[in-house]
Amino acid sequence: MVLDTNKDLAEPKGIWSWITTVDHKRIGLMYGVTALVAFFVAGLEALLIRLQLTTANGTVLSADAYNQLFTMHGLTMLLVVVMPVGAAFMNYFIPLHIGARDVAFPRANAFSYWLFLFSTIMLLSSFVLGGAPDGGWFGYAPLSTQLDEFVRMDYYAIGAQLLGIASIMASANFIATVFTMRAPGMTLMRIPVFTWMAVVVSFLLIFSLPIFGVGLFQMFFDRNFGTQFFGGGGDPLLWQHLFWLFGHPEVYVLILPAMGIVSEVFPTFSRKPLFGYPFVVFSGIAIGFMGFGVWAHHMYTAGLGPVAEAGFGVATMMIAVPTGVKIFNWIGTMWGGKVSFELPMMFAIGFVSLFVIGGLSGVLHSVVPSDYQQHDSYFVVAHFHYVLFGGGVFGYVAGAYYWYPKWTGRFLDQKLGQWHFWLMLIGFNLTFAPMHILGLNGMARRTYRYPEGLGWEFWNQVATFGSFLIGISFLFFAWNLIKSRKNGRIAGSDPWDGRTLEWSIPSPPPVHNFDEIPVVEHVDDFWHRKYATDEDGRAVRMPEVSGGTLAADTTTGGDGEENQGSSDDMHMPSPSYYPVVAAFGVMVTGYGLIYIPGGWVAAGVGLVITLWGFFGWSLEPVTRDADHE
Amino acid sequence: MAQTAHRSHPTPAMYWGIALFLAVVTALEVAVPYISALDPVRVPLLLIMGAIKFGTVVAFFMHLRYDKKLYRTLFLFGAIGVIPLFLVVLLTMNAL
Amino acid sequence: MSSQVAPVEAHDHHDIRPIRKAAMWVFLGSECMFFGSMIATFLLYRNDTADGPGSEIFDIPFTSASSFVLLMSSLTMVLAHNSFEKRDGRGTRIWLAATALLGITFLAGQIYEFTEFVHKGLTLSTSPFGSSFFMLTGFHGAHVALGVVMLLAMVFLSLDGRLHEERGLNVELVGLYWHFVDIVWIVIFTVVYLLQV
Repeated sequence: MVLDTNKDLAEPKGIWSWITTVDHKRIGLMYGVTALVAFFVAGLEALLIRLQLTTANGTVLSADAYNQLFTMHGLTMLLVVVMPVGAAFMNYFIPLHIGARDVAFPRANAFSYWLFLFSTIMLLSSFVLGGAPDGGWFGYAPLSTQLDEFVRMDYYAIGAQLLGIASIMASANFIATVFTMRAPGMTLMRIPVFTWMAVVVSFLLIFSLPIFGVGLFQMFFDRNFGTQFFGGGGDPLLWQHLFWLFGHPEVYVLILPAMGIVSEVFPTFSRKPLFGYPFVVFSGIAIGFMGFGVWAHHMYTAGLGPVAEAGFGVATMMIAVPTGVKIFNWIGTMWGGKVSFELPMMFAIGFVSLFVIGGLSGVLHSVVPSDYQQHDSYFVVAHFHYVLFGGGVFGYVAGAYYWYPKWTGRFLDQKLGQWHFWLMLIGFNLTFAPMHILGLNGMARRTYRYPEGLGWEFWNQVATFGSFLIGISFLFFAWNLIKSRKNGRIAGSDPWDGRTLEWSIPSPPPVHNFDEIPVVEHVDDFWHRKYATDEDGRAVRMPEVSGGTLAADTTTGGDGEENQGSSDDMHMPSPSYYPVVAAFGVMVTGYGLIYIPGGWVAAGVGLVITLWGFFGWSLEPVTRDADHE
Repeated sequence: MAQTAHRSHPTPAMYWGIALFLAVVTALEVAVPYISALDPVRVPLLLIMGAIKFGTVVAFFMHLRYDKKLYRTLFLFGAIGVIPLFLVVLLTMNAL
Repeated sequence: MSSQVAPVEAHDHHDIRPIRKAAMWVFLGSECMFFGSMIATFLLYRNDTADGPGSEIFDIPFTSASSFVLLMSSLTMVLAHNSFEKRDGRGTRIWLAATALLGITFLAGQIYEFTEFVHKGLTLSTSPFGSSFFMLTGFHGAHVALGVVMLLAMVFLSLDGRLHEERGLNVELVGLYWHFVDIVWIVIFTVVYLLQV
């Protein structure tokens, strides 16, 4: 279906243009906003959990509500917040980093986003439609397969399945984009590190999600069709294997994009190239490979036998090596550089510091006897929040402060940002550092209350206090994001004196990204266009910036629409509503499956809508004038 | 892109030949369980013949032999990677 | 390909076909993991029959015949692709239809086989063996059915000359998918049937 007028390259306006958009930048922004909203929902869930645990014998929540909240907190944070935030950055910056005009399959990209949005709505709607999943984000059988309730873990099985399908499509899209659409001269070893990490993440997802998908189908069949995969004569351990074969690569899926972001931030604010670019890239790839070989370290206490436990223990320790390599490379990048402590840099340094703490407690877990003590205690909760929040979220927030000027043409407010950073840093450590102590003192995770007299009250109160500081810090962030969009300081196209290609185009970028596809000659190509090196190896700014529009555009900050020259042979893909139709059909099918047998009708209707969407999609021309029939 | 050198594609006659080959291997496969003399080597024999069929279809019918190296890499990650993963799973569950 | 404006997605001088093929191959790699997980599940439960029917109910001669049918559908598929590359519209249509027909024959055989097994007391819920067998072969059958739908759609598109390689639904990509479904069956036939009798 062709929806727009003759102006292929002008920025379309209105709600409909967002619904039918196939522009990777808009899709990236929609991923980001959706994930941020979900972040606040999941954050509220966490605050309720903290309130319940503030005192011994807490009475804020019932056991049933508590189970739903901690399950949904984990599920939402991992699958609906952190992963899609990664996808937001990848969508926006992969094409810009490699010098392309869009991703390989713009409509499939739109479909991925809509399916993600609809599955998110579906998962959250479970709270009012029969109860949210309550078997933990890990969904261990037999908790997940018992049928005391009607639909809760069906929401888990179907919701996670649909999110997985969306992610697989997005990943195939990113891989195809990076491997086949790079600008001339952009060899694999010249790709910015963030995009490299995006490739590794895409591979991890594409090979681990199908395994999870099979496990979810089996869980769903066990619950609805009486199969015996995990219950009956089946073995619940099979679920643990299938789940962690996905679940462990998943943690690298969550952290690697953040590592990629700080690998962009450190060189920019140290005014030095990334120290050991190939090492950072290859250790990222190594982490990806090794991430597939360590899943059973989540299952030590399931009794795998000494040989398997020793093997997985050693493999897990080894994974610290490439991670350590990266940390040294980041420090090496700052070493001797002209470090400026702008907000993105502060968050990036926060990332490294906190990630190291979380990484070290992770090494403790790789030691089998030690893990037997810590398993299912708050020590583990402290560990993975240090890597995923202290690491992941700090990294992504660094990315937000770093690239906000590219998205909007304006800076985020400095003062609000400082409040955000310090409140978040202090709140984070107050929340999660005490959990190490609580865990070692024997407090078990996932229990909704604890008796008096165990000496746990004080540290729990500290943690609750800290968690509210985190909450307040994110209010500063949200306010900053909203306020700076209209009132922020004008940033121009290259506010940080950046190194990679996205800074060579206006902020926000025009629909077609590049007026002319750049020809790349170096790592950090844009830097080399701005600076030459003198005899002592120091960077010297070149008198004239090549590439025309760079300097001229620094004041507009708003629109790049005037740069539409040389676009005769440029055909941006046309908007399409089929992706959103197909994704909607999939959601209807999903709801139907959750409520079978009554839901079969809805499932059928959904299937018809899906087929309509897909056939319309595969028959419509990609660009309006491509088909002369 | 870098690799533009294509080996020439097979002709229809070759496709028929390959299909004949596949049919013969299948016939041999089916015969194996009925020949008790082969019992000691039945498992490796069947696995090898299955792998030959798998490889033949991928290489010739799917043109992987003639296409870009990139495709081979992308596919073999999954096709080969899956084997050690689940060997370990089955070993730890004492199922082999 | 059209000689005028090449309908490229988002890139000036690029042919879309290698991009699509790269995505298809990585998707097939992903599918290997999908079927690998189910085959592993079957291997885990191959002897857990809960005193119900086990692998002794397999009818090897019958399954060999239907395996042969699916194997030959790979031949007709590659011949369809070959005709398509030579711009032989009629040949393409005939071989596509033949492929779809062989696929339908295979599906009919599978339905017959499933019915037989159910009569002999093996269902999805009889035992872990039954669950994993039906799930694996059922998902494979669903893949075949989807392939048949796409093949038939292409046959109808080719009738009024609307079968383009610029489209997402084209002979080469559907061909790759179809061959993949065939090689999955090669593995299932060996591992699930022949190795268990």
